[in-house]
Amino acid sequence: MMTIEIKALSKHYKNQVVVDQLTLSIEKGELFALLGQNAAGKTTTIKMLCGLLTPTSGDAILEGESIVFSQTAVKKIINISPQETAVAPNLTVQENLLLMGQIYGDSKQIAQQHAVAQMDLFGLTSVKEKRAKVLSGGYLRRLSVAMAMMSKPQILFLDEPTLGMDVRARRDLWRILLQIKGDVTIVVTTHYLEEIEMLANRVGIMNQGKLCALGTVQQLIDETGKPTLTEVFLELTKEVLH
Amino acid sequence: MKAIVFATRNHKEIIRDPLTLLFGIGLPIVLMGLFSVMQKNIPFGLYEINNLTPGVIVFSFSFLTLFSGMLLGRDKSTSFLMRIFASPMVAIDYIVGYVLPLLPIAILQIVFCLLTAGFLGLTLDFYTLLLVVVLLIISLLYIGIGLLLGTLFTDKQVGGLFAIFVNIATWLSGTWFELDMIGGTVQKIANLLPFAYAVDAARDVLNGHYDDAILPLSVVIVYTLFTFIIVNLAFKQKMRAHF
Repeated sequence: MMTIEIKALSKHYKNQVVVDQLTLSIEKGELFALLGQNAAGKTTTIKMLCGLLTPTSGDAILEGESIVFSQTAVKKIINISPQETAVAPNLTVQENLLLMGQIYGDSKQIAQQHAVAQMDLFGLTSVKEKRAKVLSGGYLRRLSVAMAMMSKPQILFLDEPTLGMDVRARRDLWRILLQIKGDVTIVVTTHYLEEIEMLANRVGIMNQGKLCALGTVQQLIDETGKPTLTEVFLELTKEVLH
Repeated sequence: MKAIVFATRNHKEIIRDPLTLLFGIGLPIVLMGLFSVMQKNIPFGLYEINNLTPGVIVFSFSFLTLFSGMLLGRDKSTSFLMRIFASPMVAIDYIVGYVLPLLPIAILQIVFCLLTAGFLGLTLDFYTLLLVVVLLIISLLYIGIGLLLGTLFTDKQVGGLFAIFVNIATWLSGTWFELDMIGGTVQKIANLLPFAYAVDAARDVLNGHYDDAILPLSVVIVYTLFTFIIVNLAFKQKMRAHF
């Protein structure tokens, strides 16, 4: 069953085409990785799917709701952890989580129950009374993803969730993502290809706004004849130097 | 409900930065003391406590512009606002959420300045109560300008723009000198802006000249409504566009 069906989705800024006729489907419970070099159109795609940007043309259906015609309905079933950590700096970890739960309509009591569960899952209980601004990068990223999980989304968008994290912190977050994989459909963008090999069910590679490859890591390796995902990525996104 | 939840968060963000808050309340009190001392050596009554108090309180509202602009600008720069934009909240929730937590701060500024003025000789009576109401209306203008700056600019840019704003809003308000004394282009510009009207309305109410207060207060209200309409439109535009 498809959770996300993207149909010829495009975004243009004046003469610049940032996303060009993107078409793909993502299955329920899948962890789908969207790869590409900087400015390939990954973040713009995620912003359109989250209702943060209006598409120039095309549409996407998320759990049966159109991002063009039913934006409010879409916003209730999705959540995002943006590229930047995007937390309230003067609020404690627990307050940040409660804020997100209550903004999505939970009572304080229900939000508190969910916050306890998320702090447990993301290993944040020991820092629950600390203000976000004093947390290390690893904790901040975990908090950012945990905040996105507070609304119990059916679809979770993670825009470079491990950016700037050290190896151990990245591994910790991978472990958590592996735990929620299957229950939630996850769309992730990242530059760390070993992360994708370990986590993703399928991979889409974007180059200059277009989807240039789609499949499992093994399928892409087989199709291109390259030995690793890194080699596949470099081959598919190489630019002609003038 | 969502607006209240968001307002509570914004309130905590502001009061947990006590240094800025203290500056916003403390500086006007210091200025009031200084100008009251100066008044003793000035042959005319510009800095008499009845004239000075409304002007200084309106000046203190410039910090509401700073607080609201910086908070919104920072939320934008750190992508916190992007996260919230992805939620089912609507534009009016955000605007109410940013305005509400600043009103208690405006009340604190008014109360502390009035208590100081009382200590310096101001009679606290029924007119003072009416002054509080008028000042709260005026505070919305300054909050609205801050929200406009925060919507259009980043927190760092808001910091720079605030320095320009506070100078324009103060020098062209008639708080520190009579605009009639300067006249010419300066007075014409001041008459086009709402700041002198805000000070005039507050002074008129404090001195019991209600009829005189109606026109300047109406100008302030029109400016405030206009500012919030622009904020609403700009905010909706930001919600739809890449930021």
